[in-house]
Amino acid sequence: MSAAAAPQKSMLDLLNGFVAELRNAGLPVSLTENLDAMEAVQHIPIEDREAFKYALGATLIKNNSHWRAFETVFEVYFSLRGPEYRLADADASAIDELWREMQEQQAEENRGASGSMDALTPEEIAQMLMQALLNADQAMMRALAKQSVQRFAGMEPGRPVGGTYYLYRTLRNLDLDGMLDKLMEQAAQDAGGELTHLEERLERDEFEHRIDEFKKEIEAEIRRRLVADRGVEAMAKTLRKPLPEDVEFMHASRDEMQSLKKALQPLTRKLAARLARKRKHGRKGPLDFRNTVRHSLSYGGVPAEPKFKYPRPAKPELMVIADISGSVAAFARFTLMLVYAMQGQFSKVRSFVFIDGIDEVTEFFKSTEDIQEAIHRVNTEADVVWVDGHSDYGHAFEVFWERYGKDVGPKTTVLLLGDARNNYHASQSWVVREIRQKARHVYWLNPEPRSYWNTGDSIVGDYGNHTDGVFECRNLRQLEAFVEKLA
Amino acid sequence: MAVEPANRFESVQQVREGLKSVNYLADEGIAGVAFLADRLGKPVLVEGPAGTGKTQLAKSIAEMTGARLIRLQCYEGLDESKALYEWNYKKQLLRIQADRTSDSWSEVHDDIFSDEFLLTRPLLEAITAPDPVVLLIDEVDRVEVETEALLLEILSDYQVSIPELGTIEAKQIPLVFLTSNNTRELSEALKRRCLYLHVDYPSMEREKEIVLTKVPGVTEHLADQVSRIVRSIRMLDLKKSPSVSETLDWARTLLLLNIDTIDEQTAKETLHILLKYQTDIAKAAKELSVD
Repeated sequence: MSAAAAPQKSMLDLLNGFVAELRNAGLPVSLTENLDAMEAVQHIPIEDREAFKYALGATLIKNNSHWRAFETVFEVYFSLRGPEYRLADADASAIDELWREMQEQQAEENRGASGSMDALTPEEIAQMLMQALLNADQAMMRALAKQSVQRFAGMEPGRPVGGTYYLYRTLRNLDLDGMLDKLMEQAAQDAGGELTHLEERLERDEFEHRIDEFKKEIEAEIRRRLVADRGVEAMAKTLRKPLPEDVEFMHASRDEMQSLKKALQPLTRKLAARLARKRKHGRKGPLDFRNTVRHSLSYGGVPAEPKFKYPRPAKPELMVIADISGSVAAFARFTLMLVYAMQGQFSKVRSFVFIDGIDEVTEFFKSTEDIQEAIHRVNTEADVVWVDGHSDYGHAFEVFWERYGKDVGPKTTVLLLGDARNNYHASQSWVVREIRQKARHVYWLNPEPRSYWNTGDSIVGDYGNHTDGVFECRNLRQLEAFVEKLA
Repeated sequence: MAVEPANRFESVQQVREGLKSVNYLADEGIAGVAFLADRLGKPVLVEGPAGTGKTQLAKSIAEMTGARLIRLQCYEGLDESKALYEWNYKKQLLRIQADRTSDSWSEVHDDIFSDEFLLTRPLLEAITAPDPVVLLIDEVDRVEVETEALLLEILSDYQVSIPELGTIEAKQIPLVFLTSNNTRELSEALKRRCLYLHVDYPSMEREKEIVLTKVPGVTEHLADQVSRIVRSIRMLDLKKSPSVSETLDWARTLLLLNIDTIDEQTAKETLHILLKYQTDIAKAAKELSVD
């Protein structure tokens, strides 16, 4: 312990800046966690980049879904503060050396004259990349990532373009999809003939994995260059990745959707648990005469211990009515996942989907354990198109009322999900009013930003008047807030 | 705080090698956090999917440092008397009845609330133990949010307050590991007091090494194939991805069946060891054979 003196001031400033940056990115870092990090870095040398990162991560980040955002901030913030993270220009000699070594190995190709990587043609680069991917040569892949960014991204100092633009430009020049096919061919040749399905599948997964790593190298390289160009503070803002709870359902990528799915399970559990707790801790009801008399026997007939009737726990019934038309397609996928997750937690959930017709899909979710299959069946088998497949809330609601209206009872909570963009059809909002009169609660979740409501063909206000509340539900955070309110 | 952390480890590297010597292959993150936990004297909250070696980590650390492992298995309805301490009231009753005549009331009162009548439960035992211990609080996400509060005092100050006795402070700071399968969000208060470690499925290379160390007699070739197939299966969208322990079971089974090279047929026939849901098995079989 004696060796660990008080941390140097420069280190303190560095860490404080880092924590401030994390907070800017929306990550919650408390004061005690900050202090822990200060203490932790005294035991870990900053030169050991990986250990340093894990030390900060272990003390500052307490939620795995925040790790990605943390990593990005870390890389941006510390990218220029370590010897191994210098830019390609600075350590070009190292790459050249690698390149020369490779040439010596391939002496038969006889290209000794060109000493530098800069002199290579794009074809040669592609060839080298293929070799590197084939042999899983990490150092070579890293060198090539640097080289291709330098060459293809066309980065100009001070140009206000985001990293994705450069990434796109670099990848377009490398044609990695074609590369995968070529790699597969090569692998088949090396194996001497046909691969079995299993082998082929495994090889493909392996190569995809390597190509993914290569892409990550490229991304990191672009990031380093951007930071070098514009400085840490400016870049930290643009490169920030949204936290999973802030990702918009409407624009979620596949990866993001995956992490949303993981986050949903605890949320529905929470919802169920909250409802259950409310039941348990509910207020006392009127005196239970029979029970009081029964218990009075142990006091010799004196009713010393009054017993009360507890209100019978209302089993929550849920009816979910969701728009799955094109305009809310991404949200609809999410909605279906939500419905599926809820079905596991509540005994009575009925789900309906509509575009301009409406159909019940409860069975699709009940009959299978595989959510992908359920969603697939909903999208293919549910009879939701009536005329032209453009949303018609009015007609869908009318049909709902006609067919299922009698099932709405005083215990039912109805959730309506959609953007209420009705293509200027009749709103038929009287249906919502009727539902509300019969049901316990009616809520509307709208995936659109509040500022878009009631513009164009959106008539959410018209429906909203007849519900117990319309909620903006663009990300997990808002959904969570809704759950808190509901329970 | 009354006691200084013990400094059991010299460096991250040493932790890593030590763990390897007891057949636990740690990556940089795991070793680093274990090292920090010792240096800072803080508990570690280990989170991750089931079957990735979270519990095993605590066991291995105990084995490596030669410490005794004290384990508290959490479950719904766990309470103070099961986790912290309980008064041995049968013994107290006996004590009162034993000599009714001689003692005054205050003497008896002082006497029956003393160490002799205290039954220590895992948490109290861990901090009062004279020998080195590793405390494992397993599956902490199973207890209710309210019960979590029980753990807070011991985790931050390494002490237990007993109303009748006063505060019992730790004689030494034990290494504490809490594991969670992330079925629910743990409270902020708990997370704040811990170092956080997320243990995910290992990379393919690490998993291969794990198979090689944990399954004696397995060939390099088979271990390679096993880990590659498992990785491919984990990439599918399944209800429950195969865990490391299931990978090991699979490797052992293949070894017992004298299988040296996995082809489609054997893979299909033994998939049920890796996957436990019928839908998952069907899906994986389909994906692996016709692509």
